[in-house]
Amino acid sequence: MKDFGYTVIKQRTIDYDLFDGRLLNEVLELEPSFKVCLSCGGCTATCSTNDLVSFNVRRMNLLLRRGETVELESEIKKCMLCGKCMLVCPRGINIRNVIMLIKKSIPKYKTVTL
Amino acid sequence: METNPFIWPFTIGLLFISCFLIIIIGIWISGLSHIDKIRIAHSIFTRKSLLAIRETFMESLLHRKIFRKNLVLGYMHMSLAFGWFLLIVVGHIEAWNHYRSLSVPAYKAIFFRYFVTSPGTTLSEKTLAACVDLLLVFILSGVMLAYFKRLNSRVFGIKKTTKLKAGDRIALTALWLIFPLRFLAESVSAGIHHNGSIVSQPTGQILASLLPVHTLEMPLWWAYSIALTLFFVALPVSRYMHIPVEVVLIFLRNYGIRVKKRIDGYSRIQVYSCSRCGICLDSCQMTHAKIKDTQSVYVLKHIRNKNLTDEKLFNCLLCGRCQSDCPVGLSLNDLRITQRIESTKEYNSSYEYLRNGPVEVSPQTEVIYFAGCMTHLTPAIIKSMKEIFAVARVKYWFMDEDKTSCCGRPLMQVGQYEAAKKLIEHNRERILASKAKKLVVSCPICYKVFNEDYALPGITVQHHSEYLLELMANKRLPVNKMPLHVVYHDPCELGRGSGIYHQPRLLLDEYAEVIPVKNEKETALCCGGSLANIKIQMNERNQIRDEALKEYLSYQPDMLATACPLCKKTFAKSNKLPVHDIAEIVYMAIQEKQNLQKTEYKKEMKTEFWK
Amino acid sequence: MKHIVIIGGGIAGIETASVLTDAGHWVTVIEKEAQVGGKLNNWSYLFPDFTPADKIKSVLQEKCNEKDFSILHQTEVSSIHRKNGKFNIETSEEQQLEADAIVVATGYELFDARRKEEYGYKIYDHVITSADLEQLLLPNGNLTVAAGENPKRIAFVHCVGSRDEKSGNHYCSKVCCITGVKQAIELRKRLPEAEIYCFYMDLRMYGKHFEELYREAQEKYDIQFIRGRLSEASEKIDKSLLIKAEDTLSGRPLKMNVDLLVLLIGMEAGKGTASAAASCGIGCEDSGFLKTADSFLNSNFSEQEGIFLAGSCTAPMTVNDTILHARSAAQEVNNWLLRK
Repeated sequence: MKDFGYTVIKQRTIDYDLFDGRLLNEVLELEPSFKVCLSCGGCTATCSTNDLVSFNVRRMNLLLRRGETVELESEIKKCMLCGKCMLVCPRGINIRNVIMLIKKSIPKYKTVTL
Repeated sequence: METNPFIWPFTIGLLFISCFLIIIIGIWISGLSHIDKIRIAHSIFTRKSLLAIRETFMESLLHRKIFRKNLVLGYMHMSLAFGWFLLIVVGHIEAWNHYRSLSVPAYKAIFFRYFVTSPGTTLSEKTLAACVDLLLVFILSGVMLAYFKRLNSRVFGIKKTTKLKAGDRIALTALWLIFPLRFLAESVSAGIHHNGSIVSQPTGQILASLLPVHTLEMPLWWAYSIALTLFFVALPVSRYMHIPVEVVLIFLRNYGIRVKKRIDGYSRIQVYSCSRCGICLDSCQMTHAKIKDTQSVYVLKHIRNKNLTDEKLFNCLLCGRCQSDCPVGLSLNDLRITQRIESTKEYNSSYEYLRNGPVEVSPQTEVIYFAGCMTHLTPAIIKSMKEIFAVARVKYWFMDEDKTSCCGRPLMQVGQYEAAKKLIEHNRERILASKAKKLVVSCPICYKVFNEDYALPGITVQHHSEYLLELMANKRLPVNKMPLHVVYHDPCELGRGSGIYHQPRLLLDEYAEVIPVKNEKETALCCGGSLANIKIQMNERNQIRDEALKEYLSYQPDMLATACPLCKKTFAKSNKLPVHDIAEIVYMAIQEKQNLQKTEYKKEMKTEFWK
Repeated sequence: MKHIVIIGGGIAGIETASVLTDAGHWVTVIEKEAQVGGKLNNWSYLFPDFTPADKIKSVLQEKCNEKDFSILHQTEVSSIHRKNGKFNIETSEEQQLEADAIVVATGYELFDARRKEEYGYKIYDHVITSADLEQLLLPNGNLTVAAGENPKRIAFVHCVGSRDEKSGNHYCSKVCCITGVKQAIELRKRLPEAEIYCFYMDLRMYGKHFEELYREAQEKYDIQFIRGRLSEASEKIDKSLLIKAEDTLSGRPLKMNVDLLVLLIGMEAGKGTASAAASCGIGCEDSGFLKTADSFLNSNFSEQEGIFLAGSCTAPMTVNDTILHARSAAQEVNNWLLRK
């Protein structure tokens, strides 16, 4: 892959080749409904936690898919598991299970993104 | 006293199981909390022990609850349990009577017909012998039924039987062999010595004419003894542990011991008291969604075998139907929650942002209205409640109008107990700061946790159906019975979960026509939307919901009334029947009456004007 | 002369009747309402070029007046039976008809927005659907909100009742996105000072001139598009609406006060289609729309021989697609009858 001749600050680019998919694969195997998320944002819009502190459920999907486990671990703790997101999700994703699975398995897969 | 080597397996087996039980039950009880031990000490010599003895008789022996489920199933369990109990008791009485002494070793009573070869002469001896014979036939009828149940369980009113492990198989086979072998042994001895009674004697004579009974006698008694021994030895690793442990459970339960949030001796006792009767399989609605391996009986089995996975533990709606039906009265929901707490204890969140964030000052008020997270997605309920508050002229603080933390129960249902406590603390502070006297909630999930875990001294917590009933009874709400036929769906958390069955119905009766249905109140169906199940998929929930809807639709109601926003959302998704909350129905009726009154008033004014 | 019965007197039904009559057949149309035209009667201006719906309606009416096919108004089909290679049809008015072929053109129903309770349709005063707005955009329509004033901020919500497991409709209704863009532009023309927003998950601008209209909406008419699904609306004391969404492209939750909320409702297979399917013995897809024999070469054939399908009873369709589908159905019926 050729650099296009300008300086790229490494932290901002997603280098997908360095992506560690183990946590994602574990979550997807145990909760396959998560595959169909289209990032519509309905979950974040209705989230109870979001009223009290900055928490973005939809972003959890993204962080999981880009291997940003450090941020994921500290963010995922904020969820109150109230279930409103599941009541709104147009794809019928079992979001609470995804959150619990991440909470359970993330200590195993903590990686630092470059 | 005469003896014979064949008694040794039995005697050793009996000693083994007695010691084992004493030790294990001793360990469990000693592991209870200090308060629980005090409870036991204070209750032993009270009426509670008598109640426990009575319950043991009714349930462990007579199996009354199973009889209510299905007569044949009840007879089968009763014949084995009660029959065997009586056989042992009467057998001992027979031995005491014969030897004229109370210090008769157990084997003399159990193997009476071997050791006492002369037939009974006195009336008491003959009567006791006849009783023993009849009891044995009684038990044998039960054994035959048990055998057929393995082959075709539908006759017994239950659709599925539980699967067997090795320890279970040995114990089961031994149990089924004990009584036929005893019967054969006693009959053969009767054929030889003529010491049988009304059933064993004729049988013995027939056998004597057909078979070489003299050579058969010893092997049969040996076989009987070994069958007993195998049963005793296999008991600890089989479901039959429930026989002794259930009695301990009944006593402890009567003494006030309850399942706690952490695993202790009492939860172990509950786990071992499960007789694997399989009734919980039938009550479970998840079988409609083809989920057949996560029911209570399997979870308890996995807990015993220490191989319980999260996939099974968390795949339960906690609807409580199995708990209602359990003939042993196990606290199945509490046991599951305790296991979930154990499974998720490593990752409870701390919710510091609740403590560190800005806390709004609570306005001073008499009444707080807490709609609940889910209710914000069913705004018709909130609007109806607001309007009703206005009609009744109630001043209230809508606590979670803009934002609140969740009540905490969804966290507790999945075992995150420590985390839930943080939310509870945060909300509790806000509630107490308002000096309110009454807390009205629209969501049964919130209602249950506010009632049971929040500790709000001086505050009455009411679900809005209770509160509206009170308002109506105090004439603060107009009454108007609409010509609508309504089926009321009992939410699991409000009905079985909190015991509120009548208030919503009494309220609804004033505003619509309530149709009673087959499965309601304690046996009500679950909508399938429960937050307690974290593994189930949406299409599986839909199948459960559709089964419940099928029943409701068969009554052809105009609408379905619910008292829970989650039930409402779940049923409304199917679009087969209009679904409305009780508050909406009350408000609809009030509006209709007010509109009628307005047109009446207008008419009146017109006539007045034209006079 | 062969007799063809067409169930449904909307665009598809009338167009099919017209073509078949021209081909020399005897046609009877069974329509449940008092007038023909179906859902076209609800629309004022059609996308993407703002053709007035009246233009299409008047052509349809002309065909009804001038051509020689009969229309049974306010009539529905009770039952259909096959006998001796023909169809015996009994209607709700107790008429008995015999047909050589049947065309099902029962159309669609609009999604009942009350089912999406969190948006507050019929609960809050100023939440309306695109169908409601279509009437209000007519010259004599009243667009005022609270205190008799014009709305200063209007939000459109895409995908109401479509692409939504919670509504029971997993499919895309195809036409709502372009309807939203069209109505946003029309609103702008009526209310030059208002702020107009469209909350979308995706923008499906698949048709001829659709993408260009979208661009025009942004460029000429200052319509703002926000990618984020609305989760709920609540009503404030002054009857304005507070809506919650996430601005997914900036990754932050968004709250907004609007005066008017317009729900872009999708299409559903209606009760008419369901009962037609039952009477004819035709299967439905999971979506509820009628199954065609295949997707490419036989999309006017149903699973039953002699029963043909025309229009949006098979899938969400635009007006021009419906007209084409209807003409194609007429062609297939004609050829089939000739072969018999």
